[in-house]
Amino acid sequence: MEQFQELLSTNPFLLLSYLIGSITFIMGLKMLSHPDTARKGNMIAAVGMTLSIFTTIFLYKNHNGEGLHNYGWIFAALVIGTVVGTMAAKKVQMTAMPEMVSLFNGMGGACAMLISLIEYNGDLAPAPGKLLIIVLGMIIGTVSFAGSMIAWGKLNGRIKDRTIPGGQVINFAIFGAVIFLSAMVVGGYTGNHAVFYAILGFAALYGILFVMPIGGADMPVVISLLNSFTGVAAAFGGFLYNNPVMLTGGILVGSAGTILTILMCKAMNRSLMNVLIGSFGAKPGAAGPGGNKEQGNAKEISLNDTAVLMAYAQKVMIIPGYGLAVAQAQHTCHELEKVLTEKGVEVSYGIHPVAGRMPGHMNVLLAEADVPYEKLLEMEDANDQMGGVNVVMILGANDVVNPAAKDDPSSPIYGMPILEVEKADHVIVNKRSMKPGYAGIENELFFRPKTSMLFGDAKKVLQDLVSELKNV
Amino acid sequence: MIEQMLAFFNSNYHLITIVILSIFLGIEVISRVPAVLHTPLMSGANAIHGVVIIGAIIVMGEAHEGDILSLILGFLAVVLGTLNVVGGFVVTDRMLEMFGKKKKK
Repeated sequence: MEQFQELLSTNPFLLLSYLIGSITFIMGLKMLSHPDTARKGNMIAAVGMTLSIFTTIFLYKNHNGEGLHNYGWIFAALVIGTVVGTMAAKKVQMTAMPEMVSLFNGMGGACAMLISLIEYNGDLAPAPGKLLIIVLGMIIGTVSFAGSMIAWGKLNGRIKDRTIPGGQVINFAIFGAVIFLSAMVVGGYTGNHAVFYAILGFAALYGILFVMPIGGADMPVVISLLNSFTGVAAAFGGFLYNNPVMLTGGILVGSAGTILTILMCKAMNRSLMNVLIGSFGAKPGAAGPGGNKEQGNAKEISLNDTAVLMAYAQKVMIIPGYGLAVAQAQHTCHELEKVLTEKGVEVSYGIHPVAGRMPGHMNVLLAEADVPYEKLLEMEDANDQMGGVNVVMILGANDVVNPAAKDDPSSPIYGMPILEVEKADHVIVNKRSMKPGYAGIENELFFRPKTSMLFGDAKKVLQDLVSELKNV
Repeated sequence: MIEQMLAFFNSNYHLITIVILSIFLGIEVISRVPAVLHTPLMSGANAIHGVVIIGAIIVMGEAHEGDILSLILGFLAVVLGTLNVVGGFVVTDRMLEMFGKKKKK
């Protein structure tokens, strides 16, 4: 397109700032992949973004050589977004991080959707190429927005897992409708605005129905996928305005996000297809008969016995899960660890890569409570050391210690690597109730002879346990 | 048809090159990330795609004064885009701050 050449000739400083912006995004992503440089990487990308935003406001000129106006509106919007965004991001509790990421991702998707809407309204007879970009940007932005909102609702418990019978057929039909109508609009077979808005509606519906049946345990994967969708939507904006920084930023996130999604699936030993189509939530019928099977009684243990057992152990391993996060018990957990260490007990943490709601969730949470880095063992190391552990304390984790993943091929989580807690002498499981975990499946571990159950809210139980231990 | 495609390729050569190279770069740049950093990386990438805000700013800045619909939608788009950018970077920083803290000990 000639516009690209025009852009080249318009303002060298704007282009230079875009180039710097693109480089900071690349460096940022690179540095974010290493623990030592991650924070700096994030900062660098933020600086590049700020630069690109402000040079756009002041230096951008369209192909008629006109600069931007409506500065009042632009700055008002920037201030509102900054204040609200900062407050939301600062106030959110560590446990709610995944939801927050999903919410912000949805905002980006909605932004892309709105851009397409305005462009469509503003240009009565766009060229087919431009129209295609507008429509594609809108579809992807809308799917990302609607899907992220559902993911957000699911993670904070506002929306329950729900499967619609024949859902996949309906979804496929909606997807077909989106493609068909888009072809009509882009191909110039209809100039009817209603068709354009029908595409918008169907895309939103698709986003909702696409995420709805996917189980909560898989939500991180879905958010990561939607994240890369929004990246692609942003890249379409780059095509629309011949804007190199939108293009590089968007595509980088699109491809890096896709790889990250695949890496996350690998951590759970599953394929992306399996997550999206054969999702946990999609087969309640299959889980039903196996799940309702009577498995005998679980053995309960008292606080006092737990305290004694732990105080006289040599090695204790704590396995945190989402229950710990929900109860906000990370600080109390650290206290328990300190009390035990004072008594000469060797304490470590066994961290499953997908414990909690997102990969790395537990690391973030325990880091918040100042748990020393060396005490956090990754799954392989934890399993290697498990044989010498006297007491394993499972705090609100469930699926990541479910033996069915190893020995029940019919289980939906079969094949997922787990923490092999049964190699230890005693297993104490703290849970609020006997309810199954996020994957919605029974855990036979609770009924095994080595296992004792310690019911109650993780924080409350840990507090009581700490005071009990001080008396032992 | 083929001629049209060739013409499209010809006129968009720069953009297509950027797209292809960016795809490979994106894959290359993060392919060795440890599982611990999955969440912050996702969050950081989330902030970066907030670059879509630049499109929103352009749309907003080009809207005609009388075009209330475009002004309102554009305003909304800039607000949402800013939320994505600022919220994304701040949340990521908060996550990483915690990783930093434990390193010192």
